[in-house]
Amino acid sequence: MQEEGFIDYQKVLNNEEHAIKSTQSVIQKAVDWFRSKSMFVLAYGTGCGAIEMPPTFTSRYDIERLGVVGVATPRQADILIVSGYCSYKTLKRVIRSYEQMNEPKYVIALGSCTINGGMYWDSYNTIKKLEDYIPVDMYVNGCMPRPEALIEGFVKLQANIKDAKREAGYIKYRENNEFYKTNQKKIFGDKIEPSYEANFAGMNQ
Amino acid sequence: MFLDVIYILLLAYFFGFLYYGLYRNISARVHGRFGPSVAQSFFDSIKLFLKENSTNFGWMFYGGIIIMATGAVTTVLFIPYLNNSDSLVGFSQYGNLIVVLYLMVLGPLGNAMGIGSNGNPFGVMGITRGLTRLIGLELPFYIASIGIMIANQTADISTIMANQSETYNAFAHPLLFIGAFISFLGFMGKSPFDVVGAPQEVYSGPATEFSGKFFALALSQSAIFSFAKLLLMVNLFLGGADTLIELVVKTFILFLMAVLVGNVYARFTTVQSVDFLIKVPSVIALVGLLFV
Repeated sequence: MQEEGFIDYQKVLNNEEHAIKSTQSVIQKAVDWFRSKSMFVLAYGTGCGAIEMPPTFTSRYDIERLGVVGVATPRQADILIVSGYCSYKTLKRVIRSYEQMNEPKYVIALGSCTINGGMYWDSYNTIKKLEDYIPVDMYVNGCMPRPEALIEGFVKLQANIKDAKREAGYIKYRENNEFYKTNQKKIFGDKIEPSYEANFAGMNQ
Repeated sequence: MFLDVIYILLLAYFFGFLYYGLYRNISARVHGRFGPSVAQSFFDSIKLFLKENSTNFGWMFYGGIIIMATGAVTTVLFIPYLNNSDSLVGFSQYGNLIVVLYLMVLGPLGNAMGIGSNGNPFGVMGITRGLTRLIGLELPFYIASIGIMIANQTADISTIMANQSETYNAFAHPLLFIGAFISFLGFMGKSPFDVVGAPQEVYSGPATEFSGKFFALALSQSAIFSFAKLLLMVNLFLGGADTLIELVVKTFILFLMAVLVGNVYARFTTVQSVDFLIKVPSVIALVGLLFV
């Protein structure tokens, strides 16, 4: 039976059928281990999740002990936290930040709103499912999830990176770029700013 | 010689990141947190070396980072590690304190060149703050260094180290030491002199556009440079070290003082830091210079 919302997606994510058969070399395993040990986070406070971030990063919950630290710029970030509902305007900035991040990069979606719209399910200007626009590596459900839940999300993401069992989101974004761009265009039209391709072409001349 | 250089750089990299890890750990304890593991800085560094680069700002941006790294590497190579030792000397017999003082400003200048070409306003703000602060930092440190050179009648660091076999310069010339130490706190980039990369003000400051391998290189040079500065302070004022263990103990004590001061004091603004550095440690060092 099809279950609703988060539980359904979580089952799909956790399904062993989607697990990649690990055929990694020792070097690749070491590389993944280092990547799982050090995570630089760009916390994008799109919604009410922004308020759960400070206690997660400060003395009370101290996520730095897991090797997770905040950075101020997408250039240095490994993980993008989209914390809560995403209005169309915000989504534009989220996509822009995500595309500026260097690979390997991962996305943590916080709260029910990123899964099925949450309490904004009938809003005219928020997206209902973040997965349609950028690939999500870890959902943390709740309205809002407490820092404990966010920490659990980080620990599971670390395990996923270390074992390389799931296909990372950034690979999906690269391989299925047309799917994501089509969905983005449905909202923004043809004007998705900025057009990086044009900039790069200009710079390489 | 070649192996010696490799050892020097590996040790500087190792101790630089180890101390940075300890800095994060000690700061966490001061905040009432557990903090990351001591090895966390190594994990961060290695992970960043394994990340891709996707930005392109032209050759000048990358040239700036390379000059910055060259400044840190050459500084550490011209400072001898141990007293009367044939190993871990690098190129120190070919240079002296004046060369080291010159090389110490090469990094920030290279940084300014690179950052200026990427056009990020936060980077430019950060490096402007850095160069302004550098004026304040250099003055007391240069006065103290001149005092030490006059007292020893030489600019050779090995001879200055050897002359301290009876009394450390820190006790023989305490005012010079205090002036140089306050300036050293600023050179370490910790609070209250951390205007350059002040996260709440200019995001990552000069490092805003650094990513992937180049960010890793910038972090590595910063770690090597921090250790070079600790090494220079130990050699000039604390009599150098006879063994590697003694060196670690002395550098760690200096480092710990910088960390604890950093954790207690709030950040100066750029103007305040230059004002303070010119008025307080420079005057103390100048008075010390009169007693040499």
